[in-house]
Amino acid sequence: MSQATFSVWRSEPGGAGAFKDYTIEISDGMVVLDAVHKIQAEQAPDLACRWNCKAGKCGSCSAEINGKPRLMCMSRLNSIDLTQPVKVEPMRTFPLIKDLVTDVSWNFRVKKGLKKFKPRAADAADGTWRMQQRDIDRVQEFRKCIECFLCQDVCHVLRDHGKHEEFIGPRFFVYSAALEMHPLDTDDRVPDLKQKDNIGYCNITKCCTKVCPEHIHITDNAIIPLKERVVDRFYDPVTRLLRMIGG
Amino acid sequence: MQVIPVTAVHRGFGTTSRRDSWWVAPLGVFLGLSAFLGYATWAAFQNAHYHFGPYLSPFYSPELWGDSPHAWFGPKPGWWPALLPFSPALLILPFPGGFRFTCYYYRGAYYKAFWADPPSCAVGEPRKSYLGENSLPLIIQNIHRYFLYAAVAFLFMLSYDVWVAMWFDNAATGQKEFGIGVGTLVLLVNVILLTSYTLGCHSMRHLVGGRTDEVSKSPISDACYSCSSALNYKHQLFAWCSLFSVMFADVYVRLCSMGYWTDLRLL
Repeated sequence: MSQATFSVWRSEPGGAGAFKDYTIEISDGMVVLDAVHKIQAEQAPDLACRWNCKAGKCGSCSAEINGKPRLMCMSRLNSIDLTQPVKVEPMRTFPLIKDLVTDVSWNFRVKKGLKKFKPRAADAADGTWRMQQRDIDRVQEFRKCIECFLCQDVCHVLRDHGKHEEFIGPRFFVYSAALEMHPLDTDDRVPDLKQKDNIGYCNITKCCTKVCPEHIHITDNAIIPLKERVVDRFYDPVTRLLRMIGG
Repeated sequence: MQVIPVTAVHRGFGTTSRRDSWWVAPLGVFLGLSAFLGYATWAAFQNAHYHFGPYLSPFYSPELWGDSPHAWFGPKPGWWPALLPFSPALLILPFPGGFRFTCYYYRGAYYKAFWADPPSCAVGEPRKSYLGENSLPLIIQNIHRYFLYAAVAFLFMLSYDVWVAMWFDNAATGQKEFGIGVGTLVLLVNVILLTSYTLGCHSMRHLVGGRTDEVSKSPISDACYSCSSALNYKHQLFAWCSLFSVMFADVYVRLCSMGYWTDLRLL
């Protein structure tokens, strides 16, 4: 057994916070979430931490480990430099509740404001639809999202510029892309993407893609294709003319 | 949007808990793009040593007016203002330059490297105000697909240059004869890399199929979308490789023309 030190953010609701060091015994196969649980069990029973599945599928244990937004349950200790204290802090883009727990409810309120799936009339008399696998494959990637909100956390438009009132963030561009590009969907989200969701704020730094634990190509496959649809509609005179002619 | 705003944590420029060398990538982009911009600007103003035998530097192609045998319309036109420096490269470089400047990959890269917006992921920014690409001046980036159209036209012209680079003067007969030199291969590799970069462009991917929700309905569109998506997956790699290949092609032609390098004839 060897030891490692974790510098964990501690704070009380509404109060100031600070990093506090905890040294624990570690063993093979441990992840950061295991270490946090061990700290809770042995040294700080009041340490607040949100978690659920421990398998990288619930998206609950999002935090910043040595400054990088990551899932604690998917961050193996053998991939981290343990010669220095491992810094574990809450996501910086959302209001802090206590210790490592943040209030991510803003995301759910944003989602409520987005247009829902609106399929065309059923293709068959039995009320079912027909789609090509090729077409649905494209949006299937977006359905891997576990809503950990790490992409929202790292997005500098939200993180550094606090555009929460104007900008929906990468998670909801993925959500919008999943619906807008769906072969059955009939609703038009392009005007909202430009005017209400302000997709133009995204300057394609790809930070969201880099932190996604599900390896969704957020920028290349969701945001940029949506930006191109906005260009079609609002900035490209040729496609506007063709649309006027073709209806 | 019906949301209750939350308070973001603003931190100072460069502030981060990251322990990795987050500054290496933006520094590399800064140095790489600066080196290219510096060399390309210098080379464009030279108006000399841009052709050698059947080779024409890609910085000067197409040569609309100029002194080499590759010029389409002959020497420098009489109407060119005397006060303005003349170089065939200055007439055409704004198009490929604009294509790269508005490219989605380069945008993300140079916003970080040159404007620290942000310096790197989860690293504090130097300023609090932010307009993004939502308003002037950066809303102009939406012109990218028009530069793409020009870039595709350039691919045909650069491919023609490779064809021309396969025909050498035979001093004995005074005729053109087929051949391949190292310069031919340099220009060929450059065109292949530029094609891979251009056809994998995000706008190209959108225009050939991505704009529809049911791309499978058009087999041609579907095939083009698949090919463009495959190239797009390596867009960053092709962006850098093609940037350096076009610079190296100019260096090769220039040094051969200046007599520093000897072009090896392979066939």
